[in-house]
Amino acid sequence: MITNLLSAGDLDRTDAIRILDTAEELLGVASRPIKKLPTLRGRTVVNLFFEDSTRTRISFEAAAKRLSADVINFSAKGSSVSKGESLKDTALTLQAMGADAVIIRHHSSGAPHRLAQARWTKGAVINAGDGTHEHPTQALLDAFTMRRHLVESTGTDLAGKNVTIVGDVLHSRVARSNALLLHTLGAHVTLVAPPTLLPVGVEHWPVETSYDLDASLEKADAVMMLRVQAERMNASYFPSAREYSRRYGLDTARLGRLPSHAIVMHPGPMNRGMEITADVADHVRSVIVEQVTNGVAVRMAVLYLLLGGASGEPEASEEGTS
Amino acid sequence: MSASDDAERAGTARDHESGDAARTVLDEHDISRALTRITHEILERNRDSAGLVLLGIPTRGVHLARRIAERMSEVEQRTITAGALDITMYRDDLRLKPARALEHTEIPDDIDGKVVVLIDDVLFSGRTIRAALDALTELGRPKAVQLAVLIDRGHRELPIRADFVGKNLPTSLVEKVKVRLNESDGSDAVSITDSGRSEVSS
Repeated sequence: MITNLLSAGDLDRTDAIRILDTAEELLGVASRPIKKLPTLRGRTVVNLFFEDSTRTRISFEAAAKRLSADVINFSAKGSSVSKGESLKDTALTLQAMGADAVIIRHHSSGAPHRLAQARWTKGAVINAGDGTHEHPTQALLDAFTMRRHLVESTGTDLAGKNVTIVGDVLHSRVARSNALLLHTLGAHVTLVAPPTLLPVGVEHWPVETSYDLDASLEKADAVMMLRVQAERMNASYFPSAREYSRRYGLDTARLGRLPSHAIVMHPGPMNRGMEITADVADHVRSVIVEQVTNGVAVRMAVLYLLLGGASGEPEASEEGTS
Repeated sequence: MSASDDAERAGTARDHESGDAARTVLDEHDISRALTRITHEILERNRDSAGLVLLGIPTRGVHLARRIAERMSEVEQRTITAGALDITMYRDDLRLKPARALEHTEIPDDIDGKVVVLIDDVLFSGRTIRAALDALTELGRPKAVQLAVLIDRGHRELPIRADFVGKNLPTSLVEKVKVRLNESDGSDAVSITDSGRSEVSS
């Protein structure tokens, strides 16, 4: 097992399935009268958020608290970062306070890698979204949700499943992490976006690309709509919001063309009326709210596997240590 | 399971066939008889099987719990199901080893006000049962908790005892007790190995 979670591409099939299976068991904790496990008692987890977030930060916080870890929330707003403190000095401060894990979200791609490789902190580094690069726990919770709906058993991957990811791929760390992880799990990924919203070099990703949403709906087992990230757009990527939503938005008519078992996903936050209409977002086949629930279980699994035991390879020391 | 019990289990899978140094203490019939006796003892002690919840501790405890539930269903003329209680997250030696995979937890019934019978294969240090008791408190408040084990090999490290024992097996600390069950190992047998000699196969 890896010691940091920086990229969905760092996970091999065994690691990914181990995380999903662990999450499957931990999902049951949410329905118990006492939603808490003593496993990470005495460990400190820092939520280091340089960028706004609702669900990811709350999800990590809930996950860490359900495992009895102490959680310190740090957001750049209102901290010394606004006085000009560097990432290094912030990290050294956290290290001095004894952080066992740092969950970092940063507006610059690669910040979590820098944090992990410079060894400013001894704790495990978990990437909670860096710039337009990666968001591995989101990919894990998406894969977990797909597996529960499309395969429905533990120990398996997503071999042969077709996943269509639609929208602002260019600015989406979710799309990149999903493409990598879903490929590892054997699924077939199609990215659908206007040419301006596909990143340079996408031809080297393990995916198929298309400009036509309607053509890729009929064989999709899951459709994932991405948010149009207006805050990252400094130029016109499409003529008008209305045209975008006509060509790349998911409405009831398009939903009807999906196979009957297909699910609709969205990593949130949604722009209702833009990439997804309100009726589709609230439709029975939409698993958007469930994704949030699953997010807590998946993040508990990641925290448990990274922090729960002694560091080192699992299984290797299965015996002889006692 | 305590840490040392786990090592035994690893051993069980490994030298499945190479048991030249192993001495069989219980064969298939002995195990079957012991489980039947335990079933009757549980029913006698508790009288009302409706208030019972059988929970096995993974992995072999779950197999034993299912077998006891089967026998109990026959005696009581109604279906009784056994559950499983994974104690991994409650172990006291988690930090000594890399994170382990979780086992399945399945509670067949609300445990509030019920008599919970925990079922495991080998009782050794008692640390597994300590962890199981912790896990139970977070699932509800049973009226009482009882413990049934196939083998009690002694060497307790905590003030814990079993209510129902298949066989008391006095052992020395260097010996390993191996339980093989049909569901996971292809045959039923309990054997003792002198660990000094079994090390060769590891």
